[in-house]
Order: sequence, then structure tokens, then C-alpha cells
Amino acid sequence: MSKIVLHLYIAGQTPRAERAISTLRRMIEQELAGHECELTIIDVLADPQQAENQKILATPTLIKSSPPPYRRVIGDLSSVTDLLNVLNLPPQS
Amino acid sequence: MCADQIERLPTGITGFDHIANGGLPKGRTTLVSGTAGSAKTVFAAQFLAAGIKRGEPGVFVTFEETPEALRRNMLGFGWDIARWEAEGKWAFVDVSPQPEEELVELGSYDLGALLARIEHAVRSIGAIRLSMDSLGAIFTRLNDSRVVRNELLRIVSTLRRLGVTAVLTAERTQEYGEIARYGVEEFVSDDVVILRNLLEDEKRRRTVEILKFRGTSHQKGSFPFTVIPGEGIHVIPLSAIELKQRSSSVRTTSGNAELDRMCGGGFFRDSIVLVSGATGTGKTLMATTFMAAGVRQNERSLLFAFEESRDQLFRNAIGWGIDFEQMERDGLLRVICNYPEVTSLEDQLIFMKAEIDRFRPQRVAVDSLSALERVATIKGFREFVIGLTSFIKHQEMAGLYTATTPTLLGGSSITEAHISTITDSIILLRYVELFGEMRRGLTVLKMRGSSHDKDIREFTIDSRGMHIGRPFRNISGILSGQFTHIAPSEIDRLSAMFRDDEGDEPARDTAPTN
Repeated sequence: MSKIVLHLYIAGQTPRAERAISTLRRMIEQELAGHECELTIIDVLADPQQAENQKILATPTLIKSSPPPYRRVIGDLSSVTDLLNVLNLPPQS
Repeated sequence: MCADQIERLPTGITGFDHIANGGLPKGRTTLVSGTAGSAKTVFAAQFLAAGIKRGEPGVFVTFEETPEALRRNMLGFGWDIARWEAEGKWAFVDVSPQPEEELVELGSYDLGALLARIEHAVRSIGAIRLSMDSLGAIFTRLNDSRVVRNELLRIVSTLRRLGVTAVLTAERTQEYGEIARYGVEEFVSDDVVILRNLLEDEKRRRTVEILKFRGTSHQKGSFPFTVIPGEGIHVIPLSAIELKQRSSSVRTTSGNAELDRMCGGGFFRDSIVLVSGATGTGKTLMATTFMAAGVRQNERSLLFAFEESRDQLFRNAIGWGIDFEQMERDGLLRVICNYPEVTSLEDQLIFMKAEIDRFRPQRVAVDSLSALERVATIKGFREFVIGLTSFIKHQEMAGLYTATTPTLLGGSSITEAHISTITDSIILLRYVELFGEMRRGLTVLKMRGSSHDKDIREFTIDSRGMHIGRPFRNISGILSGQFTHIAPSEIDRLSAMFRDDEGDEPARDTAPTN
């Protein structure tokens, strides 16, 4: 079973960023327990070059690079259920 | 030149700074709006390229084309973006659509990442200029237009804070109507430039108009421009051309002593003579003679020929005893033959100016303007003639244009009607039917600033050129083509009534000058 790799790009500690982070945490703890999961949070204000490399347009942006399919989601990720749907998670083994 | 409080940043785009009274308002964002294919991207890229040549680094934010495509496409204008990137003078912020990317929106967002990237790029190369091309693309990718508008406003105010002078391009759906789609003008309304790509009489015509520069001046109205390889956008600031050419009283020979006499002592230098006539009346001969006369006086002479091939022209000249080939070898003559159809008039004008600049002639002839008229709209043609005329007159050159009348007898050409007020002198060549024979007549219709012969004189053409003879005495209506013969006795009677006692006084100029 492959590792779930997530990157969240935020622009400072905004209410939107906090909402996105808490939704993600909730999803990982409640719905993806038992899966190996790696979440990296990148603040584009601190590391704009990283945003340039990944061509990030909006914030927050969540990128799921593994397992396939690759997904890019923008927004404050309002609900865990919708997020799981969009990300095709948990992976079907 | 003007007492503007607002500082300008010269764009370096040929002609544009002239109509912008110096350049774009410095430290502000100018909206450049146009329909598809109106050269928005070229404008945006040229704004940066011109800056780099002045030592001002620039950031290009691309929403539409990929940096790879831009590097490749702009190379044709001589802009080596890849090299400038390596030298730290140009930086891309790539917001072009990614093929693999499918953006899913879940909840609310902002463009904080884009803002951070732009600010980062500006700071890292110390950018003075920035271009964003083009806004429509981002509106189509994100669902929430309100957010996009708000965020763009935030970007524009950040640019202002950074002291960057920016160009923001946006789409229009039609050439006349709202400034841009998606209500973009709501947040960058201070300075607006419109690029148009009009279809008039099945001919493409590009124009640029500065709609507004808040709180500062600019030239009003639209100006033609063209996009040329190796240079980019080239604006032709016609109505901005000042009519303040020096007019000299120095005379120069037309190459025909009798014609010089009819003109009151020759053509003026810094003036344009229009020679109008039907086909075969001797227009090309006059142009040829005019060129040869220049060369004989050691003046450099440049002939633009649009009707005849080089071989044809040289053969004609030999037929009149003029050796163009030798003159070219001596470096005093340059003959440029061109089919008018190969390019637009705007490009033609730029090409001709470049040739004049290179050869630096004292005389220029264009044979014929009518050939050029075929490829343009009336407005475009008039602008071309004004542009060329004012250029020639600024250079202290004598110019001669020929125009072809559509009918063999009488009549006036369309060319004439549009440009007769622009030229300083007009010479008409006409066929005259005389007792079952076709003869040729010549008259000096107008000679600005000088007296001239008012007669319609008969002339002949032989192997030594043009010979101007006596006035037609017993015929009237030559110019209209409706000839009436008057019996010689009637002429004698009239002559007797009006004794020719004004013969020694210089005749007053009664030419129509409007």
C-alpha cells in the first residue's frame, strides 16, 4: 500500500489556512487512520520560490501527489466528506 | 514639452512614447485592452524588452502562453528572453494552464500565492517593469470572478507599493464597446490603452489609442501601428506629426529647363511635387529626368518604383539617354522596385523610411502613388502619404510623386483628390485630341509660394526626353477632357481685345490652395 503524500500551500496564518489545516487534520485522524500519511505545509510568504516551482496560483492549494491520481484542490476545504471524494481517498486496495 | 506632474517611463516602443507624451505614467498600472490577435502579448513583451535595453529588469506574468512558447515566439522580434533570464534581467511568473492540472474548487480561496510569487520575482531581479498577459485567461480558470477581481486589485496595489510600472493586458469581445471583459477596468481604470485590429475593405488595419491617462496628457485619437519582425510594434504617430517643416526658397532643377521656367525657376527643395496624368503621358519620364538631374548635380537620388520592373525602368531611361546603371555604380542613384501588394502600407512606409535613412538622398521620387493606393483603405492611404511627405520634408529633400488618372482624357485621379492639399506643387499631364491626332499637354496647376506659368503647353517625347513647346491656343476644355476647338480668327479677335501688356509682370498665383 503506497503512502499518501499531501502538500498544503498557504499564504500566512489566515482564517482560511487554519480552516484548511483543521479539515485536513480531521480527515487524516478520523478517516485515514491506518494509512501511512505525510502532510507538508508550505507558507508561500516564507518560501515563494517553492510556490513558483509548483506554479501555485491560489491559496490554500492542496496537492495530492501519491497515490495516483494526482489531484490539485483549491479552497479552504470546507468538509471532510467532500475532500475525501475529490481526493479519491481512502485508497481502494 | 508639457508641464505634467506625473512622471513618465518611456516604453521604448517606437512612436508610442510620442503619442503618450513621453511614456506610461511611472509607477502605475496601465490596462492594455484588445480583441484576439490585436498584438497584446507583443506589446506586453516589448514593454519589458525595451526596458531591458535601457537597463531596467522586468517580470512577465503569463496567464496564457507558456514561458517556452513565449521564449520561442518572441525570438523573431530579436528578443532573446532565455539569455535575459540567465542574466537576471527577465523573470517569468508562470501562471499558464498546466495540461495535467484539473483545478477542483472546494471552499473559498484567494490568490495569495500568486501575489507572493509576483512580489518575490520583482524583488529578486529588482524589476522596474512588469507585464501581466492576459487577464481573461485567469477568469476562465477560476469560477469566482469576484474573488479574482478583488485579488487583482490587491496585486495592482502591491505593484504600486513596489514602485513597479506595469502593463496589464485584457480581452475585449469587440473593437468598439466596453473596455474589457469581466469588468477588469473597474480596478485599473486610471490608464487605458486600446489596441485594435480592424477589418476595413477586407484590409487589416491595426491602430492604438490611448483612451485615458488619469491626470495627465496624451495624444488623442487612434494611430496606425504595425508589427514587424526584428522590431515588434511600431506606431506611426501621424496626426502627431508637427507641420513645422522648414520651407526653403532654394530652387532645384526638375531636369527640364523649360519646366523649371514654367515653375518660376525650378522646384523648391523641401517640397513635394505631384505629377498626375493618364498612363503613357510621361510621368515615369518626369521621375526619371528628375532623378538624373539630381545625379548630374552630384546629389544622391532615390527612386521607389511600384509599377515597373527594374529592367523596364532602366531600359526606358536608356531610351531617353539616361544611364541608370552607371549612376547606381557611381553610388549616386538607388532604384528600389517593389510590388505594392507584398506588404501593408504601414510596413511599406517603415521600409521606405528605413531606405531613405540608409541612403540619405537629396531627392526622392515615388512612381506611382496610385499603385500603393490599391492596397489600402482611403484613410490608410492618406495617412501613408502624410507620413511619407512629412518625413521627406523633414530631411531637406526634394520629392516627386506620380499619380495615375483612371481615364485617358481629362479626369482626376483618386490619389490626386486625397493628397493634392498635402503636396506643394501639382503638374498635370494630359492627352489632347487635336484634329484626329493625340498630342500631349502639360500645365503647372499649383506652385505653393511662387508664381508659375498658367498655360497648357504642348510637349513631345523623343529619345532625348521631354520637349515642352507652345501653349495650345485654339483648344479649350483640355483638363476636363471635353475639347472644344476655337477658330483661329476668334483667338486673334480675343487677343486684340485683351492686349498682352501684362507679359513682363510676374503672373499672380491663382492656383487653388485649400
